[in-house]
Amino acid sequence: MPTKIEKDAISGQDTTGHEWDGLKELNTPLPKWWVYVFFACIAWAAGLCVLYPSIPYGRGYFHGLLGYSSRRNVDADVAKLVDQRKDSMDKIAAMPFDAIKADPALMEVALTSGRITFADNCQPCHGAGGGGNPGYPALAAGAWIWGGTLTDIQQTVTHGIRSADPDARNSAMPRFGADGTLKPAEIEAVADYVWATFYGHAEGKDVSAGAKIFAENCAACHGDQGQGNRDMGAPKLASKVHLYGDSREAIVHQVNLPRQGVMPNWGTRLSPGTIKAVSLYVHSLGGGE
Amino acid sequence: MFIRHEFFEKNAIFLLIGTLVTIAIGGIVEIVPLFTIETTVEHVDGMRPYSPLELRGRDIYVREGCYLCHSQQIRTLRDEVERYGHYSIAAESMYDHPFQWGSKRIGPDLARVGGKYSNDWHYAHLHNAQAVVPESIMPHYGFLAETPLETDDIQSRMKALRTVGVPYTDEDIANAKADLLTQANPDADSAKLMGRYPKANIVPGNGHEVTEADALVAYLQMLGTLVNFADTSTERLQQ
Repeated sequence: MPTKIEKDAISGQDTTGHEWDGLKELNTPLPKWWVYVFFACIAWAAGLCVLYPSIPYGRGYFHGLLGYSSRRNVDADVAKLVDQRKDSMDKIAAMPFDAIKADPALMEVALTSGRITFADNCQPCHGAGGGGNPGYPALAAGAWIWGGTLTDIQQTVTHGIRSADPDARNSAMPRFGADGTLKPAEIEAVADYVWATFYGHAEGKDVSAGAKIFAENCAACHGDQGQGNRDMGAPKLASKVHLYGDSREAIVHQVNLPRQGVMPNWGTRLSPGTIKAVSLYVHSLGGGE
Repeated sequence: MFIRHEFFEKNAIFLLIGTLVTIAIGGIVEIVPLFTIETTVEHVDGMRPYSPLELRGRDIYVREGCYLCHSQQIRTLRDEVERYGHYSIAAESMYDHPFQWGSKRIGPDLARVGGKYSNDWHYAHLHNAQAVVPESIMPHYGFLAETPLETDDIQSRMKALRTVGVPYTDEDIANAKADLLTQANPDADSAKLMGRYPKANIVPGNGHEVTEADALVAYLQMLGTLVNFADTSTERLQQ
């Protein structure tokens, strides 16, 4: 309890009245500017509570007079962005590919949009600039498995390959080795034939046994000249670009236990206009037909 | 009121009780609304607990510290919604203990990575990220594909989650091991698995054993795919 409040001679302030072994404590008030800022902060906080979502109660909360919501804000931001792009993206979505290509300004928008979309979504598999990766087709090389026209590309991007989409491009090379259709020796023979005839490594070896096996088992899809069949998604073998690498081991592996590469159906993630833009970009990489 | 201050200062036990009451008020104001508030977790269709294989994949995700570089939270920012898709909602992590929102974004956000790439891509990328994405700085996780998955404790893990509120049924737990093996075997009949865990992604596996990579890929391929956002809107989520 304050016992004896007195004025300090040097500072002119009151003491608290407490005294410990002759030591007294000054009762200096807070600076006025600090006190006013403090009260202003309290008033500010009260203002925020009124304007913005704040007080929780029972089964809800006070939404604030401004009706602020970060979710509504982002919806509005995205809507604004879509609106800005609306003119060109609507045109891209609605016009046939030939008409887009005939309009240089629109084409520039499509290629820019396509490039950005490609970088985020397609590049992890197909590589920068469509250079491809082992198992992921090189789009710039023109070695199309399912066709390289703009509408082919659009179809592939929209519905994917072996994806969950009912309209996905589907093909399944039989597992000749794993299912026992061909014996290991036959697989080696047919690999010899493919290696010599289509990969250009004819080293004077007799591959007639392999040729017979190829004609009976492989030619139906891959063609008797190894030309492939795009309707079935059977890759062209007589090519310089091979999906799973240019080694003889890759041939043996693929005949034995074929890999069934999957491409997602981007129709569920990208808008039809964006898909057309990315198709135009892919087509422009060097392999378009 | 201020006159009583002296009473508290001179009676330590009442000072302690007073402190406790004051702090409790702050705590109650923050915590109690969460027990009753209906807007905390949105009501959306499609959310389900993790399948056993996904659950193990999630454990590996946590063990390997993936959250140190990858967030799982698409914020309500235009650029993130543009790049990754619909912003994340609370309901999407309601079965997460603990959630994997993360805070560092060294790698891309993974909240909606499910289905974005093929299974094969995920295996190749875990094995050697630079082989498919040359500019990546992600470490190599090739050992996951060589490490057999510990599966014997799957029921204990699910029971533990059930005690904290994940609605696994007795049937889910009884079939846990079978469901786990089915999801890592493309040749198995997956009808029952799909009935219990719709949209589960069957991973190819290596034909003789389930590896940690299988579990992690199953988990990654499910992320962000459960809620169908075409059927919902911000206004409906707002409730």
